Amino acid sequence: MTHQGMPRTVMPGDTITREARRAGDNVVLVGDTLVSSAVGLVSVSDDTVSVIPLSGKYMPRADDLVVGMVISHTSQAWELDINAPYVGFLLATDVFGRDFASHADELTSKLALGDLVAARVANFDRTRDPLITIDDRDLGKIDSGELVKIAPGKVSSLIGRQGSMIQAIETATDAAITIGQNGWVVVSCDSADGLLRAKRAVSAIEQGAHSQGLMDRVKSALARGGD
Amino acid sequence: MGGRDTDMVLLDANGIRCDGRRIDEPRRIMIKAGVLHNANGSAYIEFGDNKIVAGVFGPRDVHPKHQSNAETGILRVRYHMQPYSVTERKRPAPSRREIEISKVIKEALLPAVMLERFPRTAVDVFVEILQADGGSRCAALDAAAVALADAGIPMRDMVSACAAGKVADTIVLDINNEEDQAGQADMPVAIMPNSGKVTLLQLDGVLTRDEYRRCIETGIAGCKIVYDIQKRALAERHFSGAGQ
Repeated sequence: MTHQGMPRTVMPGDTITREARRAGDNVVLVGDTLVSSAVGLVSVSDDTVSVIPLSGKYMPRADDLVVGMVISHTSQAWELDINAPYVGFLLATDVFGRDFASHADELTSKLALGDLVAARVANFDRTRDPLITIDDRDLGKIDSGELVKIAPGKVSSLIGRQGSMIQAIETATDAAITIGQNGWVVVSCDSADGLLRAKRAVSAIEQGAHSQGLMDRVKSALARGGD
Repeated sequence: MGGRDTDMVLLDANGIRCDGRRIDEPRRIMIKAGVLHNANGSAYIEFGDNKIVAGVFGPRDVHPKHQSNAETGILRVRYHMQPYSVTERKRPAPSRREIEISKVIKEALLPAVMLERFPRTAVDVFVEILQADGGSRCAALDAAAVALADAGIPMRDMVSACAAGKVADTIVLDINNEEDQAGQADMPVAIMPNSGKVTLLQLDGVLTRDEYRRCIETGIAGCKIVYDIQKRALAERHFSGAGQ
């Protein structure tokens, strides 16, 4: 499944294998053949073959941490863009507490249009839009930082093995980086130079995720000063 | 298939066509994926003198809501010619021809796109013809398929299209504008190259049974050439510096 240690690249319709394996994400079984349904990299774990997509939208999964942007609100909930095919709903009771009264409490006083929120997907299925919650530690409105968008399939590369990549960036730049599984990343840093270098490192990962020598390229992006 | 008379020699004694190609030779094809920043996926194609850009949005909320389907996503395609894409200014409003081509492109893409994974959503494909030569529907379809793959929309297979036709009593691959106007038949073909399924087959003109068979075979051979170029475009966009 690999070619000289490198992940195998596939396109929609490409045959991955005819071996008896289980079809994972972005893989379809056609007859006795496992076929890729996305542009991406083949990944094999146990007996499951899947393809890590290099583009596309985020499919919400319960318990995923995401970064959302407020795009609208009703009297009861905010609507968040979470880079998914569906709008995420954040209930007002989550923010105001149980004594929320729609006639008395103004939603925009807490979260206005364009605000970023670190949140968790509470539940989602095919029949209804994802329900988002901020009812947890370290979740809620993101007050400062810049949003950088990467493909959701590249989030694992940004985090690195046991968080090594993200730790390297944070240590080198003094930036605080909030990563959403939906591919939205908020970078905040007190110094403009650190912010620029951290953003550059995230962009380097977006451009060369899953490629060999990624850590070296990220290090060189971090080494270059803000210019 | 304009049925026009022409003074031009469409096919000379050596089997060379009016633009210097052999009968089984396509025009120059160049595809570039990911050309637009604001669309979720995009592609630009030059197919002979055709210059076409395709942009894809979605899967996303369906507006108007009544079009949404609780069981599956929907695909919407707009094929549109710019006023300056042809020699006489084309009125920008959608013409009968553009509406028809939008429909056939949509139906050619539908078997490949796995919309059932995104119920209640829409995938929108916008195709703009910047410069038209013969065979713009095939070129538009090729660009749309690359743009869909670039957008990360799950697909069972790519879709590749190329026309074949009959010119000077000979079956030829990829007919150009002059051949379309003065030739005897034009047959756009689209296939899913890995499964071999045909997703578009139209015919304008009259062919014998044998010519019909050879025309399809020629068109499919052209689709396979296009498929290699589509894959190269996607690889350049997504794998430069990654993978094998």
